[in-house]
Amino acid sequence: MIFLELFINALIAGILLGGFFAAISIGLSICFGLLDTVNLAHPTFVVAGAFCTFVLNDRLGIDPILAGIIITPFFFALGWVIYSAYYQFFERTSAVALRGLAFFFGLLFITEVVLIMVFGVDHRLVNAPYIGKSFSGVVAGIEFAVPYRLLSAFVVAGILTLGLQAFLDRSYFGRATRAVHQDMMALSLMGVDPVMVKRIAFGIGLGTCGIAGALMIIVIPIEPAVGRLFIGNVFAIVVLGGLGSISGTLVAAMILGIAESLVATFFGPSWAPAVSFSILLGVLAFRPTGLFGVGDTR
Amino acid sequence: MVMRYKFEIGCVLFVALAFTITQVDINNFFFFAAFAVLQYVMIATAWNILGGYAGYINFGTAGFLGVGSYTAIGLIQWSDVSIVGQIIAAAFVSGLLGLAIGYFTLRLKGVFFAIATLALAIVLETVVNNWDFVGGAAGISILPPRNPELLGVLIVDRKGGGIFDNNKELLFFLIAFMAIFSVWVARVIEKGKLGRGLNAIKDNEEAAECMGVPTLRLKLIATTISGSLMGAAGGIFPSYLTFIDPPTAFNLEFAINSLAMPMIGGTFTWIGPVVGALLLGTVQQVAIVTISSELNLLIIGVMLVLFVTIAPHGIVGWFMKKK
Repeated sequence: MIFLELFINALIAGILLGGFFAAISIGLSICFGLLDTVNLAHPTFVVAGAFCTFVLNDRLGIDPILAGIIITPFFFALGWVIYSAYYQFFERTSAVALRGLAFFFGLLFITEVVLIMVFGVDHRLVNAPYIGKSFSGVVAGIEFAVPYRLLSAFVVAGILTLGLQAFLDRSYFGRATRAVHQDMMALSLMGVDPVMVKRIAFGIGLGTCGIAGALMIIVIPIEPAVGRLFIGNVFAIVVLGGLGSISGTLVAAMILGIAESLVATFFGPSWAPAVSFSILLGVLAFRPTGLFGVGDTR
Repeated sequence: MVMRYKFEIGCVLFVALAFTITQVDINNFFFFAAFAVLQYVMIATAWNILGGYAGYINFGTAGFLGVGSYTAIGLIQWSDVSIVGQIIAAAFVSGLLGLAIGYFTLRLKGVFFAIATLALAIVLETVVNNWDFVGGAAGISILPPRNPELLGVLIVDRKGGGIFDNNKELLFFLIAFMAIFSVWVARVIEKGKLGRGLNAIKDNEEAAECMGVPTLRLKLIATTISGSLMGAAGGIFPSYLTFIDPPTAFNLEFAINSLAMPMIGGTFTWIGPVVGALLLGTVQQVAIVTISSELNLLIIGVMLVLFVTIAPHGIVGWFMKKK
């Protein structure tokens, strides 16, 4: 019975964690899956978003979720600038492979060092009424507890990811983004500027770092180097879901969240980072297109 | 005859010079700082065998180095294996790791290999954190043996009977030898069939495959050589630091440096990483003493981004163009 109780609780925590994972990886799914820009710095930008949230919450007392929404336009603008530079220096001259990766790795490093210089290496938290309490109950003799901070992050993540998915599926712009993924040349023949589409899409991808950062600081205490721990997670999710498939990313995020939560419960939390890597390597070795992938992986 | 083996003679002279320096009585800090710079020459050269010649980026330098370090620590914990034995074992284990990672991911696009190596360093750190035999998360102290012998010859003796007066001198000589050996290996690869094959892969993998270049095999060979050289550089690391914990062994600083040094020096020839490592390594040794280490890392990150965007052929590229 204790095993069952542990299992149910781990499962609930895993699903909630999966929602959070979906929020931090959906931006990368757009950048990497749809635009072929391997934004290695994505998790670090999420951490940057978390620190912006921390400042707004700590100095002005703004609710973290609201703060995340406030900073999102700034991240959109940042994404616009980064993509413009990336296009100018790499994509236009088709020197993407080696130097593009090095460029994003350099950005990762610069962002992290700047965060360390500004905020130090202490762990930071935010204050909000829903942080620190949990909702508990008994169903069929099994006690379970749902922390409100995970629940609120799950709800916001759900709105963000499902909303973005609907936007990319239904809207004209979403179809243009998918088209740019399939054939840039054809899109420009249709009278659409593919670079503009990519610039906006990359901006949207990076814009999610604002809200995802707010969710991150709600879910866990953060410090500048924490972004590294999530590199394995976000890439495992995007690759497992399949490049170019937003709904695949959501499913993969759930799978990884549940897997990590079960491993953390039954083997100890220090083993959790190994889960994402095993999944990443397994997928690359046996099914490189991922669960719902359509892309070319060779 | 002499002209033909100019480079090899230079290597031998350099090793002899390194040995002579150890026999002269100078400040021990020189050996400490020079070790770090030479270690970076080795790491950058090893990285460039795969990254520069074949165009496959390895972000997992810290992982390979850490595996080398922890192989050495495992051997020290298990029994008294000499420092040379530790280095050879570390090179072997890291080479196997490179082969395994390469086997899983090198058949795909280059980005997947890059991502896998980046995640690798983090996961290996998790494994070591959970492994108490090699110190776990708390780290471990290493006591270098007092009077080590190799093949019956006394190597280090403080009283002056051995070849070297202290352990730092021995380590300096070893790393100088290994650094030169790595550069020699890189040059042999570059001039040989393997290097030409890797260059073909870098230019256009599909075309290379169609022309009959065994792409996967060449990439696996390059990854294994590159990994084992990094492992050897890691194998000597615990003896140099005498204390090691997972955050030190798996420091992301190694990844950025091993990437930035060849990129800044120039990735297309063996001398590029050497120039980059000597330059950046020396600047860092000075910067760590004079300004903060965070600022030092920031400078490297900014320099990497600048060189990658504006001067993609590195410092060596400037001189090549003038000809």
